[in-house]
Amino acid sequence: MPLSPHLSVYKPQLTSILSILHRASGVLLALGTLLVTAWLLSAMAGEQSYNTLHSLFRLGFTQLVLFGWSWATLYHLCNGIRHLIWDLGIGLEIKTVYWSGTSVVIFSALLNLLLWRFS
Amino acid sequence: MADFKLPANSTIQPGKTWPAPDGAKQIQRLRIYRYNPNGVENPRWDIYQLDANNCGNRVLDALLLIKNKIDPGLTFRRSCREGICGSCAMNIAGTNTLACTKSLDEFKGKEITITPLPHLNVIKDLVPDLTHFYKQHATVQPWLEPKQIPDNGREQIQSPDERKQLDGLYECILCASCSTSCPSYWWNSDVYLGPATLLQSYRWIVDSRDNRTEERLDQMDDAFSLYRCHTIMNCTNTCPKGLNPAKAIAEIKKQLAWR
Repeated sequence: MPLSPHLSVYKPQLTSILSILHRASGVLLALGTLLVTAWLLSAMAGEQSYNTLHSLFRLGFTQLVLFGWSWATLYHLCNGIRHLIWDLGIGLEIKTVYWSGTSVVIFSALLNLLLWRFS
Repeated sequence: MADFKLPANSTIQPGKTWPAPDGAKQIQRLRIYRYNPNGVENPRWDIYQLDANNCGNRVLDALLLIKNKIDPGLTFRRSCREGICGSCAMNIAGTNTLACTKSLDEFKGKEITITPLPHLNVIKDLVPDLTHFYKQHATVQPWLEPKQIPDNGREQIQSPDERKQLDGLYECILCASCSTSCPSYWWNSDVYLGPATLLQSYRWIVDSRDNRTEERLDQMDDAFSLYRCHTIMNCTNTCPKGLNPAKAIAEIKKQLAWR
């Protein structure tokens, strides 16, 4: 018997998109943390290695990666809190889910802009 | 590991475009998943065209019109045609719902894609195999295990507040729309019970007359049966009866965490 189509026909919607983004941002933030660890290690290894890595981190491309990393981290944080609230049995009505989902995306983006404005 | 692609025997090929009826003024197109178990071919997309002016205003009316007037071979389940039997659950324009309660007007004449409930084995056309789904439902022992039969032989008393706990649960018609909308159920249905079965289980867990609450909770206290729910919320978003399986699952998780 054939298997009926699933991913290819099911309509993408806020519920499923934010859920897969939560997982993706979790993976991304773990990978990005390696960069931060490298930065700390370079500082520990002395001035020369720190300067080398620092200049690498100032590159436009690396900045873009770091910008994405900090957003992933902030989104994961905000949405993680949303999940904790759900686990208390609160906010599970569809209207609330759409409201909190939109809020988490906007709020994490704002936080990220603030972070980059003041750092 | 989840397999995101359809197996080779399941990919959908282009099919037949059936002609529009003569003199049709307002044509409604439906793109429908077809599979013939007696052939060797893969499933296919057939396109049907009907006169919207001659058709009732539910998707099920359109399917019946096709079956009666265009292609008697088109196969689907239906019975009550009023949203209480759950037979005609299918994926309509990307989300799972009941064909008998879904309005045609919503589509404003745009082509409607219809497939069987997602990630199930297909018996024929829009008829999926629900054997595993029903087996899972049976494992939660969906019946009342009474605390004690009253001495006077009368019914067990339940207060209005206790009865209220069952609202939003007893209405479930087991159409499987929610379970087959859940990506976690797609990838883990061998070990994960899925939203419909879990909501049904919670219906007995909160019943004040039931005496098996602890055993019911024990039964789900493993890594998969319940906890493969990641609160994606597709289930609640798609329930044609407006119920909230995700909320029921969250309540079971709470009871397990705090008992």
